[in-house]
Amino acid sequence: MPGNVTAAVRPVPHHEPQAPREREEKMLDHVVPAIRATVVTLVLTGLLYPLVMTGVAKVLFPQRAEGSFVTDGSGKVVGSELVAQGFANPGYFQPRPSAAGEKGYDPLASAGSNLGPTSKKLRDRAAGALEKLQKENPDAPGPAPVELVTASGSGLDPHVSPAAALWQIPRVAKARGVAPERVRSLVEDSTEGRDLGILGEPRVNVLQLNLALDRRLGAPPPAPPAAPAQAPSATTDSKG
Amino acid sequence: MTVNGWIQIGLFALVIFAITKPFGIYMYRVFEGEQQPLPRLFGPLERVLYRLCGVDPRKEQEWKGYTAAMLIFSFFGVLVTYGIERLQHVLPLNPQKLAAVPADLAFNTAVSFTTNTNWQNYGGESTMSYLTQMAGLAWHNFTSAAVGIGIALALARGLTRQSGPSGPKTLGSFWVDLIRSIVYVLLPISIVGTLVLVALGVPQTLSAYRELTTLEGLKQVVALGPVASQEVIKELGTNGGGFFNANSAHPFENPTPLTNFIEMVLIFSIPAALTYTYGRMARDTRQGWAIFAAMAVLFLAGIAVAYKYEAGRNPALATLALNHAPGNMEGKEVRFGIANSALWATVTTDTSCGAVNSMHDSFTPLGGLVPLLNIQLGEVIFGGVGAGLYAMLVMVVLTVFIAGLMVGRTPEYLGKKIEGKEMKLAMLYVLIFPLIILVLSAWASVAPYGTSSLNNAGPHGLSEIMYAYSSQAGNNGSAFAGLSGNTRFWNITGGFDMLIGRFLMIVPAVAIGGSMIGKKVVPAGPGTFPTTGATFTVLLIGVILIVGALTFFPALSLGPLLEHFAALSGKVF
Repeated sequence: MPGNVTAAVRPVPHHEPQAPREREEKMLDHVVPAIRATVVTLVLTGLLYPLVMTGVAKVLFPQRAEGSFVTDGSGKVVGSELVAQGFANPGYFQPRPSAAGEKGYDPLASAGSNLGPTSKKLRDRAAGALEKLQKENPDAPGPAPVELVTASGSGLDPHVSPAAALWQIPRVAKARGVAPERVRSLVEDSTEGRDLGILGEPRVNVLQLNLALDRRLGAPPPAPPAAPAQAPSATTDSKG
Repeated sequence: MTVNGWIQIGLFALVIFAITKPFGIYMYRVFEGEQQPLPRLFGPLERVLYRLCGVDPRKEQEWKGYTAAMLIFSFFGVLVTYGIERLQHVLPLNPQKLAAVPADLAFNTAVSFTTNTNWQNYGGESTMSYLTQMAGLAWHNFTSAAVGIGIALALARGLTRQSGPSGPKTLGSFWVDLIRSIVYVLLPISIVGTLVLVALGVPQTLSAYRELTTLEGLKQVVALGPVASQEVIKELGTNGGGFFNANSAHPFENPTPLTNFIEMVLIFSIPAALTYTYGRMARDTRQGWAIFAAMAVLFLAGIAVAYKYEAGRNPALATLALNHAPGNMEGKEVRFGIANSALWATVTTDTSCGAVNSMHDSFTPLGGLVPLLNIQLGEVIFGGVGAGLYAMLVMVVLTVFIAGLMVGRTPEYLGKKIEGKEMKLAMLYVLIFPLIILVLSAWASVAPYGTSSLNNAGPHGLSEIMYAYSSQAGNNGSAFAGLSGNTRFWNITGGFDMLIGRFLMIVPAVAIGGSMIGKKVVPAGPGTFPTTGATFTVLLIGVILIVGALTFFPALSLGPLLEHFAALSGKVF
């Protein structure tokens, strides 16, 4: 029944009544086109489309397409610009708490904490994180910004707000034995504004900022051994 | 709330308003025009696909044939995806050597993507091979969206075609609608969108995950993949299934505020434009704008509430000595901030998208009520690609009937009488949805194998359960994601929840089209209730709120509302 398509390019416009059908369609009449359409759409949209796009992207934007990896001064890849990594040394700026994986910052298990607004676990976790922050940052100006005790949605948020970076300056400067002004100017250089001046929020990329610190001031002195950062409990299933 | 936040929200609304008419005209020409747009570019591919599928594009179907074709096509879709998931360990493009997906999870996921739900009881980066992501899942992002567009067109044709009692009763060709949706709308936008997203930082690669040593000397394995090509269609087709577990909160899926804006526009673009397409089909674009206006009002109400409450303190942290100025940042990303997180949560649940850029589970009680209620209103606020329009048209039929009762006239819509049969079908459509959600939620909340999956205690736990079944029945796919859905009970009940929410609602919707197509058209008289203008829009909003909100109000009062008052008194669970 189907098949002759050369003459079938243009369907009948809807307001022209079409010729009466020869016979009633049966369920089975749809099975063959359904199987063929399944295969055809799968090959077109499930294979050709992503594979061709992968090839084109590799040519046009190789660094982006491969994950936006960045290197340190010696040329070694130390992370992706877009993916948070943990920092414990007081001479480095610290990212937000992470619920991705057991120790946090695990790109194999991106997740938020999914703790609700009346969760005792959330209150206890944040209170613990705040206590630790206050101990590590005795000279910090004012109360800690809320994002430094709240886990991000992905667990891989590469940014902190400018306020949260400025808040950490006294600790970083002291650990590195430099004047806070030198660190502050680096933070200001690393601050990105809103996209197109309107969209999103101003932010500081923590890995980029720490790389800039190392470039300007050298690696920080090794930290005294500390307990590993407490990771918020994570759930790694469900879309979130 | 900040001025800048409202400017961003206003800008988004403006862009959606601006594209509705031109994109709506384009889609009208694609699906209803005598000649399709850009014939040299798209015509050859369209014709090749007809030939390969063995369909005659001139041959239209009546409502039963249209529905049958859709059901059979969807059946094979479930089957193939299930097969790919189960066999991914022996299939190519699996650089991480991921194992076969377990049977119950594979069932849930295959149903989920076929029904345009994209509920995910798994984390993509730890479960699905690149082949499964592309050919098993992203494939459905195209076809399930195209199916939704087709169903909306079929119902719209039933309402708007004036073929009369003796004319043909066909509602279009399922195969033509499917193929044209892909060739003229979904694929070209996805191709351009992929390149834009890659340029802004979204990966698109088949390389294995990258293992590296961090600046502090720790090992980190960075998951990668063909993300951009999937990201764009997941938003455009209002599918929402993330490549990674964290979905569009993941910086690889959504690296900048600009990508965030683009992705939100993609989610709303087709549903908004289809209202204009519908107006053209009805030969009166005011019919489309009346529907658009009702959607816009409900959208703005949702974002206003969500933004207000998310901009405040998280109740669990309210007493801690913190600088609370940024708002409730638990589960949110710094680059998006509160405004874009609340906006996205509203957009993704107004539609049936379900992609998230922040974790709804960690929203304040009333901030989190907005996405839940949006889903429970039936995702008619622009709604899913196609699904939003057909759901809204059922609501329109209901509204016209109620208006008819109020003025004491036989209700008619676009010159056609609405009678007992259409009302029965509309009520079937309206009742299936709360029935399945409330029954399954009740079951899960009293069964130990249901409650053992909860991540939160107290009323929030009930919200997690209700959100899960509402989201799956509504084919949304977002979650209060603390719920561990990857258990036999949740996988299987969720799978049926999605199947019923999709197909048992599509059938009455198309049947209304089939019943309306052959009706005599009578010219509007002085007693005709106008279905354009502010009065009708207000009435339509009222019907949506009464049907949706009253059905779920008792259950909502035990979840988010109870939690709100508990939070006010400083209680934690």
